[in-house]
Amino acid sequence: MAKTHVSTSINGEATEFLCEPGDTLLDVLRNDLQMTGTKEGCGSGDCGACSVTFNGALVCSCLVLGVEAQGAEIGTIEGIGDNDKLHVIQEKFLEHAALQCGICTPGLIVSTKALLEKNPDPTETEARYYLAGNLCRCTGYDKIIRAVMDSAEVMRGGA
Amino acid sequence: MSEAREFKYIGQSTIRPDGYDKVTGRAAYGADLTLPGMIWGRILRSPHAHANILSIDTTKAEAHPDVLAVATYADFVELQSKSVAASEGAADVLDLARNCLADDKALYHGHAIAAIAARTERAAKDALSLIEVKYELLPPVMDVEDAMKDDAPVLHADMFTAGYEERPSKASNIAVRTEMKMGDIDAGFAEADVIIEREFRTPTAHQGYIEPHACTVRYDEDGQSMIWCSTQGHFDVRTSTAKVLGMDLGKLKVIASEIGGGFGGKTVVYLEPVALVLSKKSGRPVKMVMERDEVFIATGPTSAAKLRAKIGAKKDGTITACQGWMAYEAGAFKGSPMMPGVMTMFTPYECANVTVEGFDVVVNKSKSAAYRAPGAPQAEYAAEMVVNELAEALGMDPIDLRLKNAAKAGTQTIYGPKLKTVGLVECLEAAKNSPHYQSAIAEGNGRGIAAGFWFNIGGQSSVTVNMNPDGTGTIVEGSPDIGGSRASMQMMAAEVLGIAPSNLNPIIADTETLPYSASTGGSRTTFATGMAVIEASESVVAQVKQRAAAVWNVTAEQVDYADGVASNTAGDDKLTLAEVCKSAEQTGGQISGMANINARGAGPSFAVHICDVFVDQDTGKVDVIRYTAIQDAGKAIHPAYVEGQLQGGAVQGIGWALNEEYIFDENGVMENQGFLDYRIPLASDLPMIETIVVEVPNAFHPYGVRGVGETGIIPPLATVGWAVGKAIDRKVEELPCSPPRVLALIQNG
Amino acid sequence: MVSVVYEAPDSIEGAINLLANAEIPANVLAGGTDLIIQTNGSSNESRLFVDVKKIAGMTDATIDSEGLELGPSMSCSEFTAREDISRVFPGLVESAYLIGSTQVQGRASVGGNLCNSSPAADTIPALIVNGAQCIIAGPGGERSVAVEDFVTGVGSNCMEKGELLKQIKVPAPAPNTSDAYLRFIPRSEMDIAVAGAGVSVTLDGTGTCVAARVSICAVAPTPLLVADAAAALVGSTLDDASLQAAADAASAASSPITDRRGTAEYRRHVVGVLVKRAAKIAAERAKGN
Repeated sequence: MAKTHVSTSINGEATEFLCEPGDTLLDVLRNDLQMTGTKEGCGSGDCGACSVTFNGALVCSCLVLGVEAQGAEIGTIEGIGDNDKLHVIQEKFLEHAALQCGICTPGLIVSTKALLEKNPDPTETEARYYLAGNLCRCTGYDKIIRAVMDSAEVMRGGA
Repeated sequence: MSEAREFKYIGQSTIRPDGYDKVTGRAAYGADLTLPGMIWGRILRSPHAHANILSIDTTKAEAHPDVLAVATYADFVELQSKSVAASEGAADVLDLARNCLADDKALYHGHAIAAIAARTERAAKDALSLIEVKYELLPPVMDVEDAMKDDAPVLHADMFTAGYEERPSKASNIAVRTEMKMGDIDAGFAEADVIIEREFRTPTAHQGYIEPHACTVRYDEDGQSMIWCSTQGHFDVRTSTAKVLGMDLGKLKVIASEIGGGFGGKTVVYLEPVALVLSKKSGRPVKMVMERDEVFIATGPTSAAKLRAKIGAKKDGTITACQGWMAYEAGAFKGSPMMPGVMTMFTPYECANVTVEGFDVVVNKSKSAAYRAPGAPQAEYAAEMVVNELAEALGMDPIDLRLKNAAKAGTQTIYGPKLKTVGLVECLEAAKNSPHYQSAIAEGNGRGIAAGFWFNIGGQSSVTVNMNPDGTGTIVEGSPDIGGSRASMQMMAAEVLGIAPSNLNPIIADTETLPYSASTGGSRTTFATGMAVIEASESVVAQVKQRAAAVWNVTAEQVDYADGVASNTAGDDKLTLAEVCKSAEQTGGQISGMANINARGAGPSFAVHICDVFVDQDTGKVDVIRYTAIQDAGKAIHPAYVEGQLQGGAVQGIGWALNEEYIFDENGVMENQGFLDYRIPLASDLPMIETIVVEVPNAFHPYGVRGVGETGIIPPLATVGWAVGKAIDRKVEELPCSPPRVLALIQNG
Repeated sequence: MVSVVYEAPDSIEGAINLLANAEIPANVLAGGTDLIIQTNGSSNESRLFVDVKKIAGMTDATIDSEGLELGPSMSCSEFTAREDISRVFPGLVESAYLIGSTQVQGRASVGGNLCNSSPAADTIPALIVNGAQCIIAGPGGERSVAVEDFVTGVGSNCMEKGELLKQIKVPAPAPNTSDAYLRFIPRSEMDIAVAGAGVSVTLDGTGTCVAARVSICAVAPTPLLVADAAAALVGSTLDDASLQAAADAASAASSPITDRRGTAEYRRHVVGVLVKRAAKIAAERAKGN
């Protein structure tokens, strides 16, 4: 079967790739574009490790086809922070020890950024429910939520 | 020996050195390596829980244009040398090999039958259906009770229960029977005023790491091979794989990738030997990554168990007798963690009369693997529930009952040694005085409390500390970092060398760079690898002193070293560490310290947990309202990461107590092999997990460290189970406390 | 693995042509959160995915005094952010909000939930109690089907080959009417409903229920409209006895199975509990209107 040519934009950069129509965006990111920051934990949308933004919406990249990225704007972990400066959320995750093995961390950081762009002042409960689709097995979520709330405060201009 | 002291760097919550890679997505995990020419491997798995394999025909698969290699157990047999077959532990090697690829029996739904390597992942997966397997179905055996019956179908015709004086004449599913005892159990019960006896069941549960097993391997023309894999112990991957394939250790290099969770489940090989065979046969590097359903059906899990606990005590609360019985599911091959269950069950309590009997039983489920304090959560769940019931029967506060009988220095354990200094009393007192315990139980809520004990281990660790000419250094160690241990290594070395941690870069080296280091597990890393880091750093300091002494023309004994500066006690001269390193070339060569140790003196870690739950009496749904985890860390090198271990273990235990279980259909096929229906706790399921870190130093570690990684998963089962029981005024016996079970308890009394 | 052929037409006619003339099994691709998982299976077949998200009208929603006209492929995250819709149909919006995680919400749609036709679909009871109509377009033209007649079996619905769901129309409710949807899951999020109940009630000035609709899911092969449960509420002030009668009627109408998500007895009991609770919430909201 001939591959499909897709033109898209990833983290603000025009990107092209070839893929099978049945390949997921996650497959394309990891295998065709070597952007391995986005992780596969389950392949069925139940763990959130593959979280990216798609035209501004937080999605599981394992539930989006690569061909659907045509003309879309994709945001991945690689686009958060830059070489000389981490994003506040990344700093707070480190400061609060909000990661142990780190496999869920890229997905959580992408999701947290999406949360705080939508709701800059979430309650603890709102944060927990928004992030319910990001599974973590190491931390018990406590320090993750603290990092999220602290990030929110800093991003609002406090502390 | 350690004493309470002021530390310069230890005890701070520094930013972990590998943190930047982890928050940017740069860190490379098991599935993140691509090699030139790489092809993809996939495994064909048994759809049946129990079957004879009559034939495997791979010709059609081999004829597929994209398929470059096919592997079956026959490939292992060809590779294994006769010496392996005859050596000690051969039976275990054969079990491991037969788990990686089935021999003549499919022993569980998901059992690997054959493997394919093809140009693309899709082609490999599609070609699996071209392999023709003829099965003769056998009745599956799915729990210990059925497995232990006289007329049970037998999984292994050569399994005769070990542990009886006379070997049984009939094969069975009971691999091992063991009994530990001390004192006189009958006399103990005769003394008791109150005796509580209960039976309990715990489910098959999985470690639940978010990263599936993955490896990329290459087998070269001369047999020199490389494995890149996600593992807790790359030296053990080398050992196991070499044994299964009959290779020399020196021919196999294993590189540990970053690991996305293990909890004991990644101390075993599944894919690596298979991938190497495929690489050898195809002449190409091979990548194999498990999908989520494969992780559930073919790796881990921890043993389901049936348990009985019986405890007798006098009116004043003195425990006079403890009796335990347990049968653990080993899965398809022998080797459940029944023994640690037997050893830990009643260890939190000082009692002269204890008898515990245990059975290791095979069933048609995936071979069990270690899961955080393996064997202890199940056994201690049973004991702690009975201790709580005893407290109620005696009219005593459950913490007071535990304090009255708490194990301490000098307490005789059932497994042989007397305990050295331990912190159970301190944890109990901290629990009693905690804000959580002091708070009133809200109307309709239930509160549970439980203790936990785990030995922790030491073992082999190898470290070199290599100093650079500018006074910075590299800590080369061999313990895959599953929770932030590199930060602690950095701090321990910094403490000895007297320079800021940021000057030292800890790396995890591959199996060719360092001598053997045991797996990251058993709560050993901060203790044992830390000890090796300290020793290697002390060696650096000793060499620094010698070099300075030579410069100053004094003896090394006349040189002091503190805060990164060498001083001449016989004069005014000073040299910084950086200055000594800068002139190292002239004074004898670069400075490097080494320590290859077998660490002894691991200190046990005791824990006490408190939980308040609310139960919706109309639906049986349990909400965790408040949770406190208290644990003895000896000395918390990195307090935030120690807290993280307590919280992570608590939440895994909460999941195990509330919703996690393997569900099988009547044919022994697993039905919930995904994160949708295997329900681990979500962020929205939980409150903050309060932690209290107690520090009763372990005298055998220079800084007093006790391992903390494992004990935290033990108390939650009884803490939550008891809390649920109190909320609904019923006796909880079976876990998990899923809503249908809880509602049934409420409705049926 | 399934081999996918992908098309993204820009018109309803284009989509109908592709679906009607497909020589391989064909599916409409909206959010893909159910469909894409299916491609990972072990069957080596070819499937045509017709992506309808580029078709005008499929991903927007308008609401006015006549009611709601909902593009079936609008993502739940966009749909649930519409305060103008949640003011009028709080239960429908909350049912859409319950589908999966935030990430799933970013793609999944009410139309997809309906067309996937799972017995446990969260939006269907809420659509049923609001009297929604399914506008179906196909080679033979357009037709309208009441949503309670749309799902015909486990995973199947009344659409023929070549047809697709073009719009969901929900008539504006009568004054003093509101709805609610509740589901039971073992955790707090993420799970498929073990049981679900949607209720719509209309109250008069004295707080008496003058009209009601009750629909339940995950307790039968299809979502059910339970007339007996509604009848138990009509004429009452939603006192405990009437609520219990409605609950009992819902339990009696159920024919649940035992599976990895719950036992039959458990589901039968819990669906009754949910009907009572949803009815109370709907009534509170109706009073507020």
